Amino acid sequence: MPLVKQGAVVPDPFARVADDAALPEGPALVPLARLLADGLPEGRNAPLGVLVPNAADVALLAPFIGQLAVIVLDFPKFRDGRAYSQARLLRERFGFSGELRAAGNVLRDQVLLMVRCGFDAFEVAKADDIPGFTHALAAYSLVYQPTGDGRRTIGDARRAARGA
Amino acid sequence: MYVHDEFDRAFLADRVADFRDQVARRLSGALTEEEFKPLRLMNGVYLQLHAYMLRICIPYGTLSSDQMRALGHVARRYDRGYGHFTTRQNIQFNWIRLDELPDAMADLAAAGLHGIQTSGNCIRNTTTDQWAGATPEEIEDPRLYAEIIRQWSTLHPEFTFLPRKFKIAITAAKHDRAAIRVHDIGLRLHRRDGETGFEVIVGGGLGRTPFIGKTIRDFLPKADLLSYLEAILRVYNSGGRRDNIYKARIKIQVHEVGTEEFSRRVEAEWAEIRDGALRLDDAAFAAIADRFQTPDFAPLADRPADLTDALADPAFARWHANAVAVHKAPGHAIVTLSLKPVGKPPGDATADQMDAIADLADRFAYGEIRVAHEQNLTFPHVRQKDLPELWRELDALGLATPNVGLISDIIACPGLDYCALANTRSIPLAQRLSERFADPARIADIGRMHINISGCINACGHHHVGHIGILGVEKKDQEFYQITLGGKANHKARLGELLGPAVGEDEVVEVVERIVDTYLALRAGPAESFIAVVQRLGVEPFKERAYAAG
Ligand code: SF4
Repeated sequence: MPLVKQGAVVPDPFARVADDAALPEGPALVPLARLLADGLPEGRNAPLGVLVPNAADVALLAPFIGQLAVIVLDFPKFRDGRAYSQARLLRERFGFSGELRAAGNVLRDQVLLMVRCGFDAFEVAKADDIPGFTHALAAYSLVYQPTGDGRRTIGDARRAARGA
Repeated sequence: MYVHDEFDRAFLADRVADFRDQVARRLSGALTEEEFKPLRLMNGVYLQLHAYMLRICIPYGTLSSDQMRALGHVARRYDRGYGHFTTRQNIQFNWIRLDELPDAMADLAAAGLHGIQTSGNCIRNTTTDQWAGATPEEIEDPRLYAEIIRQWSTLHPEFTFLPRKFKIAITAAKHDRAAIRVHDIGLRLHRRDGETGFEVIVGGGLGRTPFIGKTIRDFLPKADLLSYLEAILRVYNSGGRRDNIYKARIKIQVHEVGTEEFSRRVEAEWAEIRDGALRLDDAAFAAIADRFQTPDFAPLADRPADLTDALADPAFARWHANAVAVHKAPGHAIVTLSLKPVGKPPGDATADQMDAIADLADRFAYGEIRVAHEQNLTFPHVRQKDLPELWRELDALGLATPNVGLISDIIACPGLDYCALANTRSIPLAQRLSERFADPARIADIGRMHINISGCINACGHHHVGHIGILGVEKKDQEFYQITLGGKANHKARLGELLGPAVGEDEVVEVVERIVDTYLALRAGPAESFIAVVQRLGVEPFKERAYAAG
């Protein structure tokens, strides 16, 4: 699946590693359960990421937040929206500033919601969707509610208009 | 009422463009029906038995006369000349073509109307008292808060793919006309030590597994409204069941984890966010309150001569006693327009009626119209001296049946005439019942009575909370109806109790009539309502007589 960041397809250097397989030398993504059981591998310089199931409580990641390069959240179906809450918590409560990646059934029509919740990387399900991403992200000039993405809200715009 | 500002309008224009693009991609095949489905649902477009159905959001049931005209235009131009008002204070058009949908939406958007979030597993239209801003009973106008919730929940990025749909209702009056205890979240505005806040009720709902909501907080300061809602929604989005669509509403989560534990989780989440960006300061309230236009009520006296003279006419007096309620401003009144004429489908209005209603609203009602969850319309602000003339006009339009709150003011879901999930028809049954109970003097004597009909267990007709609830079931390919008695949706909400075995489609009108006769025979006097008798005596005496043949 192509990985999209900032509207463009980019190479994905991270290898997905199963529960019991040996860690490769380069960048790797390990399942959450493995990270919790083994802790961070010692003496490794290559970046590490974690694959998080959407039923998991992301507070479990708090001790590792600063050391993780990537957190991958899962959309098994696009209609299953649990990872939106996980994403906001990771960004807004636990201060995760690395790559927050959406994986699974990731489609163009949800990408704006994802960005607003803090995602910045997408394993896109349909390559045909990619050209539409930029369009989708620009579809709304204003939004109603504040999230951690810092987009200007209609409330901000009103405040500015009243102050002026 | 709330008037959209440039920002609301810009948002809506973006939304229409977005949907136009989605329809184009569906028509070209770039989107599969499965992928298109949640997108169209987010815009209120369902695929029904015969055609696409478009559900238009009427925020908390408030419409301007111009918006009513826009609805009339859509009914005429894109549908078969009528629309159907729903129990969610919305309107549905049942016969719209997919390729014309974007144009219909653009026409609606020009009047500030849309179908956003009228379906799908997201936060739906917040509903409230149809008498908001008019009734002397309320402590404040709840529409301000409903509008704040509308804005916060519109395309909320975190809560667009919830386990299931999510409905919020709010009331500020003692008498609860918004049925807040059977909503996912119910908010009751009240005052404590001079401060305004909310009682927060969660986990109510009808459907297959009806529950009365539980109070998780007695008093929530109004500044914390949105952060608290966000906390509830986050707890639900993260933990609500997704394995079974019949167990996915928040009521099941609340029931399974227990009210105390649920409330603990909400409070813990809220503690983290209550001082964040969602906190509502005075400026935030003012920015929205300023967009509400409230009429300048003329200083008038109650019961002017024009009114008292007209009361000599028994037909006018009957309508006045039935459809007119007390207004907070002297010399004014609240008027209900019955959309339940004898023998017609409940809640339907034709394009011509919509236009005429809009004109009457301009002449007599400060241009404002409300949709009530009972599927009637309301003019919230009418000058009492205009009542006789308004009545004559409404009567000519078939909108003055004096049956508001009475037995033929039936709430019925669309049922098998439109709905793909239905077991039975609802609308024809409502029509037959209204014909049986057509005599105005008789129904006035029967008094307050709510009949609710649902064509299947999904309970869109709210049969659980009908004084007489009628639920369509299928037995051996035949239409049968199960009857419950004693349900109520108000501040003392309770669920109806089963009368006995389901009855056939040809018998149900008779059975209802025998229930009514039993009530008339057993009541202590005309002051004792049907619901009071059921509460006093239980369903047993009704059961004995309802099934007695002949
Ligand atoms: S109650 Fe059933 S039949 Fe009636 S509208 Fe709802 S889903 Fe359809």
